[in-house]
Amino acid sequence: MDSLEEQRAGLDRGDVSARELVQRALSRAEGVGAELNAVVGVRGEAALAEADASDARRGQGTVLSPLDGTPVLLKDNIVMQGEPTTCASRILEGFRSPYDATVVERLRDAGAIIIGRTNMDEFAMGSSTENSIFGPARNPWDPSRSCGGSSGGSASAVAAGVTGYALGSDTGGSVRQPGSFCGVVGMKPTYGRISRYGLVAFASSLDQIGPFTRTARECAWVLEALSGHDPRDSTSLPEPAWRGSPDLDGSLSGIRIGVPREYFVGEGLSAEVSERVRASLGELEAAGAYLVEVDLPHTEHVVSTYYLIATAEASSNLARYDGARYGRRAVGVEDVDEMYRRSRSEGFGPEVKRRILLGTYVLSAGYFEAYYKKAQQVRTLVRRDFDRAFERCDVIAGPTYPQVAFPIGGKVDDPIRLYLGDVYTVSANLAGLPGLSLPCGEASGLPVGLQLMAPALDEGTLLTVASGFQKETDHHLHRPGSFDEPE
Amino acid sequence: MGRISRKDVERTAELARIDLSESEVEGLTRDLDRILEHAQQLAMLETEGIEPTAHALPLPTPTRPDRPASPMDPERALGNAPLREGSAFVVPKVLDGEEG
Repeated sequence: MDSLEEQRAGLDRGDVSARELVQRALSRAEGVGAELNAVVGVRGEAALAEADASDARRGQGTVLSPLDGTPVLLKDNIVMQGEPTTCASRILEGFRSPYDATVVERLRDAGAIIIGRTNMDEFAMGSSTENSIFGPARNPWDPSRSCGGSSGGSASAVAAGVTGYALGSDTGGSVRQPGSFCGVVGMKPTYGRISRYGLVAFASSLDQIGPFTRTARECAWVLEALSGHDPRDSTSLPEPAWRGSPDLDGSLSGIRIGVPREYFVGEGLSAEVSERVRASLGELEAAGAYLVEVDLPHTEHVVSTYYLIATAEASSNLARYDGARYGRRAVGVEDVDEMYRRSRSEGFGPEVKRRILLGTYVLSAGYFEAYYKKAQQVRTLVRRDFDRAFERCDVIAGPTYPQVAFPIGGKVDDPIRLYLGDVYTVSANLAGLPGLSLPCGEASGLPVGLQLMAPALDEGTLLTVASGFQKETDHHLHRPGSFDEPE
Repeated sequence: MGRISRKDVERTAELARIDLSESEVEGLTRDLDRILEHAQQLAMLETEGIEPTAHALPLPTPTRPDRPASPMDPERALGNAPLREGSAFVVPKVLDGEEG
């Protein structure tokens, strides 16, 4: 009983209690979750008390939502009052949040039970969950390989059956790419769909919270619980909560699926991923969808555009870590300037320093026009590419990542090579579009992700296509062999 | 090489308030040069007259009535202070000169 659908059905039938589900999740978090280094902290007592409250509620005939009584994990950059949040960084060691993120409130209102926190790349900067004070998180399909990143711990934990779902954050692919590596569904909703209040900021114009689940239907339930306007986030869309899960009939008939020419020509795309994704497009076509070739002519420029904008925003957002009000303060400092310098130098890891410096450089006098402003203009061109493509199709499909999960330690010394892997995911962030990765089979025994993107606010079509694909195929039922659920 | 020098990296680190070791300066000069070399391809794109995008989905700045709300309990707000005194955060001296 490791998927959210099974857990919900078990609770509805009375076969299992919320307490039993939470106990099982806690024991798996401390077992396989710790073995994979996916879970970095649990809350046991409080979670069990919430489970008992859920069971009592259900006993009296009240069920708050499809999530009521089910255990969930949060990426360690989403704050919860009184609990630690580290962003996998030394600079936030010991920090405990004085308030709840909006998504925490909404999970609680839906009856979900937060059982702990997951590993990530420091401040969500990375694609492998290796840039972490906790050490690398591992992939349940092959523990010598990366689970992707930056929300790798959440993806790994769901794939290993610790919880049926988990939250991550996606600034340039940080939910979709680990979803692809671990063989689970990972969604980045439309920018502004889910409140960012209480999500530690990396790049504010790109960041979006998103769920990991096994099925599209489960993803829809989580989106229903989390979405909807929040006055505490000034970029929250003035839209009511998304309520489309009853409409997901899984019918693909007549849906036009755009296949970007540029996504299959790059030298970075591995033959086995290309083959698997093309086979999946064939499966969609066989189920009644039309394939349409589309063009996204600025594809070769999206990675540079993304890294210039994301690092510029990060350099500004991370200026708040100065040792004054919270977080690490260096000891034995003489004056305030030394406090800033030493606290930051000792507190940030190498990738975070690299990105802060790049961002500071592109914003500095003399370079602003050539790099930052230029990137913002190209961002406009990227948005126009998608506007034009969506005149001819309902969703765009292609690979989530050019390769299957790479070995831990295999890539981190070459930032450019790692950055270029983000070519398929960063566009949805630059253009603010919803994107989703879903498992579409394996290559060399490792999961491959199929990415779908839709126009802004059209999560309905995105999830319809995903649920249709899962109705026609059984890729989402494949499990990593070594982590089968024990009886 | 040549887009960014060691001196540029040192000056930028100064702006970002991050102290770097010799080997960090060397590594970052190499990394940033490679990243900026790759970003150079954007210069080839014609963007004359193209509006820059700051936010993908442009929204008007939301406003709310200017009414006081209840503040966070100062004890909670100060809970993470590395050093505090009463309801204040304590930092080392900010200005040179005589103790006030």
